Amino acid sequence: MNFEFNDDQRMLRDQARRFLMDKSPPEVVRETLETEQPYDRDLWRQFGEMGWLGAAIPEAYGGSGMGHLELCVLAEELGRALAPTPYASSIYLGAEALLTAGSEDQKQNYLPDLATGATIWCLALSEGSRPATESNIVAEVSDGKLTGEKLPVADGDVADRAIVVAREGTSSGLFIVDLNGAGVMRQTVDTMDPTRSQARLTFADAGAEKLGDDGWPLLERIQDRAAVLMAFEQIGGAQACLEMAKEYALGRFAFGRPIAGYQAIKHRLADMYIQIELARSNAYYGAWALSTNAAELPVAAATARVAAIEAFNFAARENVQVHGGMGFTWEFNCHLYYRRARQLALVLGSQRRWKDRLIRALERRNAA
Amino acid sequence: MDFTDTPEEAAFRAKARDFLSANAAAKKSGSSNLATGWNKDEALAAARAWQAKKAAAGFAGITMPEEYGGQGLPPITQVIYNQEEANYVAPRGVYEIGLGMCIPTMLAYATEEQKQRYAPPALRGEEIWCQLFSEPAGGSDLAGLRTRAEQDGDDWIINGQKIWTSGAQFSDYAILVTRSDFDVPKHKGLTFFFLSMKSPGIEVRPIKQMSGAANFNEVYFSDVRIPDRQRLGAVGDGWKVSLTTLMNERFAVGVAPPPDFDEIFDLVRDTELEDGPALDNAMVRDRLADWYVRQQGLKNAHFRTMTALSRGDTPGPESSINKVVSAFKYQEVSFFGMEMQEMLGVITDPDIIAMDGLFQTGALSSPGYRIAGGTDEILRNIIAERVLGLPQDVRVDKEVAFRDLPTGRD
Repeated sequence: MNFEFNDDQRMLRDQARRFLMDKSPPEVVRETLETEQPYDRDLWRQFGEMGWLGAAIPEAYGGSGMGHLELCVLAEELGRALAPTPYASSIYLGAEALLTAGSEDQKQNYLPDLATGATIWCLALSEGSRPATESNIVAEVSDGKLTGEKLPVADGDVADRAIVVAREGTSSGLFIVDLNGAGVMRQTVDTMDPTRSQARLTFADAGAEKLGDDGWPLLERIQDRAAVLMAFEQIGGAQACLEMAKEYALGRFAFGRPIAGYQAIKHRLADMYIQIELARSNAYYGAWALSTNAAELPVAAATARVAAIEAFNFAARENVQVHGGMGFTWEFNCHLYYRRARQLALVLGSQRRWKDRLIRALERRNAA
Repeated sequence: MDFTDTPEEAAFRAKARDFLSANAAAKKSGSSNLATGWNKDEALAAARAWQAKKAAAGFAGITMPEEYGGQGLPPITQVIYNQEEANYVAPRGVYEIGLGMCIPTMLAYATEEQKQRYAPPALRGEEIWCQLFSEPAGGSDLAGLRTRAEQDGDDWIINGQKIWTSGAQFSDYAILVTRSDFDVPKHKGLTFFFLSMKSPGIEVRPIKQMSGAANFNEVYFSDVRIPDRQRLGAVGDGWKVSLTTLMNERFAVGVAPPPDFDEIFDLVRDTELEDGPALDNAMVRDRLADWYVRQQGLKNAHFRTMTALSRGDTPGPESSINKVVSAFKYQEVSFFGMEMQEMLGVITDPDIIAMDGLFQTGALSSPGYRIAGGTDEILRNIIAERVLGLPQDVRVDKEVAFRDLPTGRD
């Protein structure tokens, strides 16, 4: 039984934590939050140089070939530091999609630039207010040309390429679209968490290249992989919230003593710890399933995502509460995590949808 | 990350499986209400026989030193054995407290001669032990206990009352914490003993629980004499000894019993609601997902604990989350199972109600799990103080002589 990260992976975590404390402190996160800059280009470039973007991309395609467990380790640290970069879109979704379904040519063509950070990728699925289901997809590809509108697309304003879910004939498919090419319009939209920007993408006969043959089932496989990685990001964020709340409660005196000594606060922090430990344990199982391509991945991924959403929502929300009025100010950093928690809870699909997906996966497993 | 045993662990697991498959009945799949009072004579006889078999085969006292009848193996092997035994009908409950808490305390504080005398028969299931800790005035605040110990020559004379004592009605021996000094602050005036439950002056009265079962007892002491050589630890050091016992409680008080996710999933799959199969109902699916996620969270957390044990690390108080999460889930799942059965859900007759009334039994038993072995609130304090390092609550009783403490309404 070995259900922990190994020494090398823990060393990577320590390095990543130190690097991000230095390069992505709250002041840096705020530059992206408070200005028009969509993400931190300098940070992104350094991720590429350190091999973080290609952590799970084999060396044959320009990656550093570390593996998915290492990617999980990095994801947790990026979440803890709120790193304002398009990492999730480009790596959890873009790179994973190419690794999962790309042809040899596509991998050769696209992965090396993705691994250096020279090109940014995103996933374009949602089409506005209707839930993203296969039958609700209107965007359509015919004769290799894509027409339709996607809203919102995480990091769609800064990405170079999108993987677009669209109809083709009677079925759905995934298509690679060059967002810098003809027939693509993009518009940044205002969001709750500007440190991860969102866009409206409009396609009018944009060139579209097929990715894989499976359409919707392929999309779900990619989402499963991204859900595990995202769960680590959420746990990193939740853990940071617990630590902030604890530090504040220890230093804040009321009625003559630290508020950390009152049970109302202690039990709240204990509950944060409980939620995080459950989510972390589920994420570890997801990491195992992801790194071994286990048949359990759909169940493990949905479990990890539902738990991670719960944990980060709870920790971010209660962190504000423990900070009292100061937690509600722009000046304190609580709202950075609160925004991010809300964003990550929806960006791969809501908890409600993932709970349903979890039960579906359990029904399938039970029928088998 | 992997789930494979080390070669030594795999060998031990194979040995445990061989023993279990040859000596015990495999649990049937599907889930009916197995809740039985283990104070019945035949259940007790079955438990004794099973413990004796385990001891003969080398599966009792797995982590205890060999010189006292144990196997001297690392903690991970106990976890492996428990995992395997969980697949079989194995009546172990009677011995959990004695072997999980009392004997380890004896091994830490008794004389060499006493260890030799008491540990081996306990491991063989010949002598059953209970733990006389909680009192009407000392539950979560255990150190508030009032049972009096007065020295009389080479003996101590005990007067007072204990409560919530599991298994007192059939125990042969007990560990006991008492107050020997009322004039010092409460933690400083305690003294710890072990004694025979057959001692003159002990009276055991069962407590009927809200579920109707009687797993606990009140134990009354009227001038019970204990020889001083049965004192564990120094006079006044009883709190320190108690902490040794309680440290072991974390391992002894485990996860809540069924119904859990698997049972509610089974029930829901067989249930038709007004608008079709219950499993197609969005609200039902939402609740099921919550419980699955929590069940798996605990299971996966346990894998992390096992990893620590496997490496030779000691798991910390973080195992406290196990009971907090599972006891509340037990109650929620039980309520929801009744809910799924609509108006019929109030019926407890196993001939009428689904799954022999498992959810109904759970509804009436689960409140006890949120209290026994550390309440939800005490466990949250433990997490807050020992895991997160938050300060203790203000203690108004710390520097005051015990006899001067306010005692509330009587």
